[in-house]
Amino acid sequence: MENLDLISILGSTIRLSIPLIFTALAGLFTERAGVFDIGLEGKMLFSAFGAAVVAYLTGSPWLGLAAGIIVSVLISLIHGFAAITNRGNQIVSGVAINFLASGLTAVLGQAWYGQGGRTPPLATSARFTEIVFPFASELRGTGFLGRFYANVISGHNILTYLAFLAVPASWWVLYRTRFGLRLRAVGENPGAVDTAGISVTWLRYRATICAGILCGCSGTYLAIAQSAGFVKDMSAGKGFIALAALIFAKWRPVPVMLACLLFGFLDAFANFMQGKTLPGIGEVPVQIFQALPYVLTCVLLAGFIGVANAPKAGGVPYVKER
Amino acid sequence: MSSNPSAAPAIQLIGIEKKFGAVHANKNINLTVAKGSIHGIIGENGAGKSTLMSILYGFYHADAGEIRVNGAPIRIPDSQAAINAGIGMVHQHFMLVENFSVLENVILGVEGGALLGKGVSEARSALKRLEADYGLEVDPDAIIEELPVGLQQRVEILKALYRGAEVLILDEPTGVLTPAEADHLFKILGVLRDQGKTILLITHKLREIMAITDTVSVMRRGEMVATRKTAETTVEELAELMVGRRVLLRVDKGPANPGDVVLSVRDLVVKDNRGVTMVDGVSFDVRAGEVVGIAGVAGNGQSELLEAITGIRKPTSGEILIHGQPVTGFDAARLRTLGLGHIPEDRHRMGLVLKFEESENSVLGYHRAPAYGKGMALDLNACREDAKRKIEKYDIRPPNCRLKTANFSGGNQQKIVVAREIENDPSLLVVGQPTRGVDIGAIEFIHRRLIAMRDAGKAVLLVSVELDEIRSLSDRILVMFAGHVVGEKSPETGEQTLGLMMAGIAA
Repeated sequence: MENLDLISILGSTIRLSIPLIFTALAGLFTERAGVFDIGLEGKMLFSAFGAAVVAYLTGSPWLGLAAGIIVSVLISLIHGFAAITNRGNQIVSGVAINFLASGLTAVLGQAWYGQGGRTPPLATSARFTEIVFPFASELRGTGFLGRFYANVISGHNILTYLAFLAVPASWWVLYRTRFGLRLRAVGENPGAVDTAGISVTWLRYRATICAGILCGCSGTYLAIAQSAGFVKDMSAGKGFIALAALIFAKWRPVPVMLACLLFGFLDAFANFMQGKTLPGIGEVPVQIFQALPYVLTCVLLAGFIGVANAPKAGGVPYVKER
Repeated sequence: MSSNPSAAPAIQLIGIEKKFGAVHANKNINLTVAKGSIHGIIGENGAGKSTLMSILYGFYHADAGEIRVNGAPIRIPDSQAAINAGIGMVHQHFMLVENFSVLENVILGVEGGALLGKGVSEARSALKRLEADYGLEVDPDAIIEELPVGLQQRVEILKALYRGAEVLILDEPTGVLTPAEADHLFKILGVLRDQGKTILLITHKLREIMAITDTVSVMRRGEMVATRKTAETTVEELAELMVGRRVLLRVDKGPANPGDVVLSVRDLVVKDNRGVTMVDGVSFDVRAGEVVGIAGVAGNGQSELLEAITGIRKPTSGEILIHGQPVTGFDAARLRTLGLGHIPEDRHRMGLVLKFEESENSVLGYHRAPAYGKGMALDLNACREDAKRKIEKYDIRPPNCRLKTANFSGGNQQKIVVAREIENDPSLLVVGQPTRGVDIGAIEFIHRRLIAMRDAGKAVLLVSVELDEIRSLSDRILVMFAGHVVGEKSPETGEQTLGLMMAGIAA
């Protein structure tokens, strides 16, 4: 086997984990509030499309981000309207959003730009580009720590750093604010919230809006930071991997980040192993490595995490007794 | 609080009306609750007590009527308004977040600011004060789900007091408590009253009303039928007011005529899900035409014994025979074909599917019988006709076999189970906690049906934690303690003797 380039795997781990972190945190907010959010994938895709279109039209990545967030929040509100106001089945609503996202973005992309569902490639100025930290290039040659600083810490776009900031911020909101206390309560026992004189509906809506904002960041990252435009179905199941990470992390912010990094690492490792040969085995088909994250997801969810204490009221629309 | 006798009543309800669709839950209710008193509201399940209190707490809106607090008319559109008016409620099913600490539950909704820090420390000292004032000790950092039920209820009371409640509504507070916990609750309520709080106690248990209230109001079918000073009334009068006719609080029955052995249990050993031996070498017989009661404190192996006999749990060793035929390890469906009827201990978990229609539950478990269908298909008309017959015979209310089972009261749900099992004409009826959470009218009815089964020559095995029930129904009593049958007694045996045996002290 050729040199296992740990630094470059870690660098790409970070890049691949970011959309997972944003998306899993989004799911954290809705699911802790007792609304299942299987439509994370679709929200991501919608916001990627919105961000790419607006960034292309305006040439501004920030307006792209704003558009990504707005689109994602709107979709969240649709989910909320179905699941909270009309007490519909939350899974069905989420699945519908996923189908809608996959189809509508491709159709609109084709109708507007005629490039097979893609949006036109973005100029560098219309994207979020790498931020190089001070002394990164100087330190690149100075041993492991220097390379770690230059390739893993430095050299990412602003959304990457935002994602890592979002983790402690989410923790703080959930565990140190009134909103967080009520949000966690409504996901466990909405009756307790209702009898305390707080509106269950409005609280759950606010949670889905939080999720919309975070999902907007993740879609934007896909379209105008990691890539230079929207590509049909570019979320490629990341919304579901994020959901798996969320369950694996038992709905807690910091473990969510660690789980996402693990899934990101597996993805990065799979990329790295493409075309490489293993000693004694020879070349392993690339599909094996690509399947690894999904296999691990199944294994972890099936056996490893033990009892996942899901929010008790998850998936159940709130109806006053009788 | 003013102790002035001429002070306005704490709560006045005038002409309260509430309808849920066709159900007239509250009809022109008038109620006056004096300050600093414990006022009981008694009535059977479904009499409209909980609805009335939910209106007072802002959970439902009355269709008509007026609410006055301390003499002043107020509107209570939501729970927040009730809290602001000094009304607190302890719900029958606790409104607690189980994975939160006591403190977090207490401050939920009154956090005292957008950030938690300040509110939490204020609540901590307020809890200390409440603890000292009313003897309501509880560790503020304990997690709710790790607390026993009695303490969880205390947290509910603390929640209300922390919000400044002067009037405390308790909805069926003792349903989930052990007798000792209930006594402790009553002491706390007494202290609260002595400190000037007003308490509204909703219950269907006469014993509690007599033990603790100053005044009692009786509700029946949505109407307030009477209000009495507790000291000036009797259990018999209240029972009659509740049910609307004279009620026999004791079961009338003649001597038993035991026949052949129907059920034989030999050296039965049963383990629970954790692998702990819960039934340890139990042997007994039940004959045709007798009721054998198994007394014991909950958790001494009765549940596992029932589950083994009814084919829900496989025994580790030992033998079960029905009519002399070994049936050890048979599943529940096969046992039913051999003449076993089973009224399970927990109707919600085992006896019924609450989301099903009444008619579906009324054939559940017997749905393979040719009377209810052919091959894979159910004959729904036959099921419904059959259900209607049972509804009439067992006076199940409302008499609507298409209604979801969840919408029936506890007593009527239990009657659905009883009707299903008895009407299938079993030769052996195994009954667990037949009247748990059932109102007195239905209790009387169910007891009479069980005795009728006995008199028809059926074998009845009864397990109950209510000693009164065991003593009044059984022809022989077996006492279980720690997985063993520690003795057999006649039903005339004193409560004290049986109590000691149940505690494992005497045999």
